[in-house]
Amino acid sequence: MKLKTNGDARASLLIPEVRRFGRFLLSEMKPKGEMLTPFNIFAALVLSVAAVLLTIRFTQGLESTTNLSQDFPWGIWIGFDVITGVAFAGGAYVVTFMVYILRLEKYHPIVRMTVLNGFLAYVFYAGALLFDLGRPWKVVNPIIGNSFGVSSVMFLVAWHFMLYMIAEFIEFSPAIAEWLGWKRIRKVLGGLTLGAVIFGITLSTLHQSGLGALFLMAKNKIHPLWYSEFIPILFFVSSIFAGLSMVIFEGSISQRVFRNQVDPKHHASHDDIVLGLAKVCAGTMYVYFFLKVLVFVHGQHWTHIYTPYGWWFLVEIVGFVLIPVRLFTQAVRFRTLSLIRLAAALTLIGIVLNRLNVSIIAYKWYALDRYIPSWMELEITLAVIVAEIVVLRWIVNRMPILREPPEWAQERPDVIRRTRFLVKEGATEHGR
Amino acid sequence: MNRRNFVKSLGGLGTAALIPDKALAEDPAKPKEFVGILVDTTRCIGCRSCEIACAEAHGFPDPDSDPNVFERERSPSTTQWSVVNRYETRKGEVYAKKQCMHCNQPACAAACLTKAMLKTEEGPVIWREDKCMGCRFCMISCPFDVPKFEYESPVPKIQKCNLCWDRLKEGKEPACVEACPAEAIKFGSRRDLIEMGRAQIAKEPDTYIHQIYGENEAGGGSYLYLSGVPFGQLGFRTDLDNIPYPELSKDYLYAVPVILTLWPAFLLALSNATKKDDERRPYETQNER
Ligand code: SF4
Ligand code: SF4
Repeated sequence: MKLKTNGDARASLLIPEVRRFGRFLLSEMKPKGEMLTPFNIFAALVLSVAAVLLTIRFTQGLESTTNLSQDFPWGIWIGFDVITGVAFAGGAYVVTFMVYILRLEKYHPIVRMTVLNGFLAYVFYAGALLFDLGRPWKVVNPIIGNSFGVSSVMFLVAWHFMLYMIAEFIEFSPAIAEWLGWKRIRKVLGGLTLGAVIFGITLSTLHQSGLGALFLMAKNKIHPLWYSEFIPILFFVSSIFAGLSMVIFEGSISQRVFRNQVDPKHHASHDDIVLGLAKVCAGTMYVYFFLKVLVFVHGQHWTHIYTPYGWWFLVEIVGFVLIPVRLFTQAVRFRTLSLIRLAAALTLIGIVLNRLNVSIIAYKWYALDRYIPSWMELEITLAVIVAEIVVLRWIVNRMPILREPPEWAQERPDVIRRTRFLVKEGATEHGR
Repeated sequence: MNRRNFVKSLGGLGTAALIPDKALAEDPAKPKEFVGILVDTTRCIGCRSCEIACAEAHGFPDPDSDPNVFERERSPSTTQWSVVNRYETRKGEVYAKKQCMHCNQPACAAACLTKAMLKTEEGPVIWREDKCMGCRFCMISCPFDVPKFEYESPVPKIQKCNLCWDRLKEGKEPACVEACPAEAIKFGSRRDLIEMGRAQIAKEPDTYIHQIYGENEAGGGSYLYLSGVPFGQLGFRTDLDNIPYPELSKDYLYAVPVILTLWPAFLLALSNATKKDDERRPYETQNER
């Protein structure tokens, strides 16, 4: 009897609480700002066309929407969406490394946005992978354990995608807790961050390189200028500056688009952050360029340089690695932000080229019938990007991503450090 | 050669447990031999009986009977696991049958993350519908470009020769072998077939070039070929390495557990090293004191 009243009491407390929460969620679900903006109309159009196309794809098979063939089993859904997209999402592990492992506090203001971007990139690109899988209803097979293909690089990549998404979600989760006002949970989640970061960096190292390792067995199919046993290392190193360039690029956009969200302090520090990132980009790009040259010399590919593929190779290496790295260096020296943005954009194009070269353009370079993506493949790729942006916008407008976290969850280690220092000093003085 | 290692590693992967069917083992104590097929292209008359028998045995529509099919080089397809091609060579027209090579250490099986592609203990490389998720990584990896995917189907399958795995289990020979009127295709244990091929070359050294294709290419496989002209002229890839293709990604895969254990330890140490004196507790919780 007593128990029951107790339960009733609790329920009577709980119900309004749940109601309040429900109302909060509902109000947050509503779009903020104007509905009929050009971007929204564009997004709605792209997404609805994609929905139709995907229905066709899943009812009629891949042939109905893609230009894939027996010679080219992987098209842009893999080569661009997954392989390039994941390289672009590399910023998350690099920035968390800088902030949580090296403790470079300067970069703290961009952690959340970067992690959120990385997380969404994985969610959407993994989603795109499902469109490409011929038999997506079997996707759980390598996970549930009745058929572990442990000798497969793909197995590794699939598992790492999944685990990394979890790690990134944990890294990001404090923002959700702050949004919902869950103080106690926020505390617990915050405590998990360092572990998730370490796990996430490890996973990233492995699957960024793993995406390159996928092509190791295609030795006789990829043009010698792009095939090398060092593809995994090249993919890994390039993911560092690919990710950071994306952070720079995306940052310069979101600083404008989400102006109302960015607090002025962050605004001021943003330039400094970008300069720092540009430095890291330049450094890793030099390493990458050096590795590329080394691989080239080691492979003795001189003769290939005087062929169309050789020129194409030079376009990638000179035009989109050497030139942007020079730009980065110049820009850092003269602190020219616009030049950094240009360099970042060129770098991103270079990464697209490189990933598409390995996975599509230099793949079966001897084949007469080339693969050229159909407009439907491009449309769906666009839809994946648009969908990501829509979700990103929804989250940024609601959770403390760009703006400061609420008072109760402030992480201000610099302030704390200073006050503790003062306290310590005070103590000694007092003792004296 | 690498046989023993291979069998060992297969055992290590628990494959043995997945194949309850030991129909081909005459004597369980005797180490198992891979079965194989030896194709003598100097004997093939291009009648395509093997193509027809293959289609019949696996429930595919009859292959195109038009003799013009020889006008262009065909590869195996989703409805034809095995095709016969005609090649103009300096020794006149030569016919060669193409299908999966049933590699000793198949790239396709190493690529498959669900073990849908499986190298059986007996030798045939088979594809299992209930496992495959259709990622097509096997197609990217196979050095011979054998696996084919049903792009036109919403419930697609990977199609490739399975060396008549079902017939073998019933104790029958592969359909193509049985159908060949010219005795150009022989079935047996791979080791015996290599012996046989060598003996044949030794007996008629002027008829054959002194190479058995499939003995070492991509690490060797169950399909073995004899020829009177260099294999490049018969549309075979001659630029393949003589190593099992899974070796190509092995170094990477070996590095994985090393990184997986060392990296976190290193990161943790680094994170501790960069800790300021007054940040004894993990970063995120320190401000909640
Ligand atoms: S030829 Fe290709 S499909 Fe056949 S076993 Fe070798 S790798 Fe697999
Ligand atoms: S398509 Fe199927 S058989 Fe081929 S690698 Fe993927 S899961 Fe394995």
